[in-house]
Amino acid sequence: MLKHRIIPCVLLKDWQLVKSIGFESFRTIGHPTSTARIYNSRNVDELIVLDIDASLNDEEINTEIITDIANECYMPLTIGGGIKKIADIYNVLNAGADKISINSVALDDPSFIQEASSIFGSQCIVCSVDVKKVGNEFKVFNKKKGLLDIDPLELALKYEKYGAGEILLTSVDNEGSTKGYDIELIKYFKNKLKIPIILNGGMGEPIHAVEAIENGADAAAAAYIFHFSKYTPNMIKELMLENDIPCRIKLESI
Amino acid sequence: MSNNEIVIIDYNMGNLRSVQKAFEKLGCNVVITNDHAVIKNANKIVLPGVGAFKDGIKHLEELGLIEVLTQEVINNKKPFLGICLGMQLLSKKSYENGETNGLGWVDAEVIKFDVSKQEKKLKIPHVGWNNTKYKNHNTLYNDVPDNSDFYFVHSYHFVTKEDVVTCTTEYGINFISSLHKDNIFAFQFHPEKSQEVGLKILSNFINLKDGV
Repeated sequence: MLKHRIIPCVLLKDWQLVKSIGFESFRTIGHPTSTARIYNSRNVDELIVLDIDASLNDEEINTEIITDIANECYMPLTIGGGIKKIADIYNVLNAGADKISINSVALDDPSFIQEASSIFGSQCIVCSVDVKKVGNEFKVFNKKKGLLDIDPLELALKYEKYGAGEILLTSVDNEGSTKGYDIELIKYFKNKLKIPIILNGGMGEPIHAVEAIENGADAAAAAYIFHFSKYTPNMIKELMLENDIPCRIKLESI
Repeated sequence: MSNNEIVIIDYNMGNLRSVQKAFEKLGCNVVITNDHAVIKNANKIVLPGVGAFKDGIKHLEELGLIEVLTQEVINNKKPFLGICLGMQLLSKKSYENGETNGLGWVDAEVIKFDVSKQEKKLKIPHVGWNNTKYKNHNTLYNDVPDNSDFYFVHSYHFVTKEDVVTCTTEYGINFISSLHKDNIFAFQFHPEKSQEVGLKILSNFINLKDGV
């Protein structure tokens, strides 16, 4: 049976891994290689690293550091932030990533998804959708452009049509809040997409992962809980199992 | 074991570096190459790959690798490890974006997951960790417990009537997640991305004696 994944999703800034709070302030997690090594030893299901220096400052993605991180990962690694052209994807994959995550470039030109997925396969292309709640409506948010009058579900459906393999769905409001995922948001997306949804933003307690999956997420991404709380990835999964959600628990060393 | 006994076939299809890195972690230096002479000198051959079937075959053809691989694997019986697309390419035919002939080393076809008949809507690609159920044990599964979770990412799967299936995995149907035929071992999942159990499989491949 396919397991629901728990995925650390962290940001790369000034050669450090950080986590953001509502996309605005940052808290340092640690050195990329040592952090990746810890994740690997704790048997996390995947790792997502977004290079925010590259995305915000229009810099080339830092493949040197990606290589260092990839060398510690024997689980799938998704790299995003600042990917603007096909050559960037080649560079990141050659550095050892398995998948790439794109955001602004897909928003500007969805045909880029088509081009990328035809070369690298859909399974390689994760499209990121950032969402803010305005009144009772969900709207797409972009770090550079701000709030946009676009329905995030319509955008995700468009990305799916163009060949995205997964959607990384982030609630900007809940991000870093530790108050739990935006359950209304995932309910809005439930059963609408044919591709998996990784829900991101707000996990502070293991029960939040259970709520996310029960309401339609295929996987739950988080950062805070792994670094600034008493919980380990396995504690989250133990609670998931208690709630009959299939997940991968760390095996004893073989 | 001396260096470069194992080669990874470079045909511009995906995560070759990840596979090399996993072998390095196990203390085994492997080269990524499409040089015919290097492949002929190797003792064991690894064909990884992610991406489209059609591109995979096209690249193998363009690099003149089909003949070399057939010579070394089928005629010379060198131990061969196919991963993901590298397993699917062993089939006679794939239905991914039209019909494309494969290497034909196994009497098999590669078809898309049919989710239309499923009660619970299954998502495609099949991506994430799923467990494998043994049909037939083989040496690459030594010290790997039955029902271990491995990392999968694919939209198409292998079907064959040949008696080569070593593991199946449930995703709507029980599909073939690994096979073993003579000196050929192949996995639909990614051992190089499946942490300890995956590295164990690669380590068993490294330790395979000649002649399997």
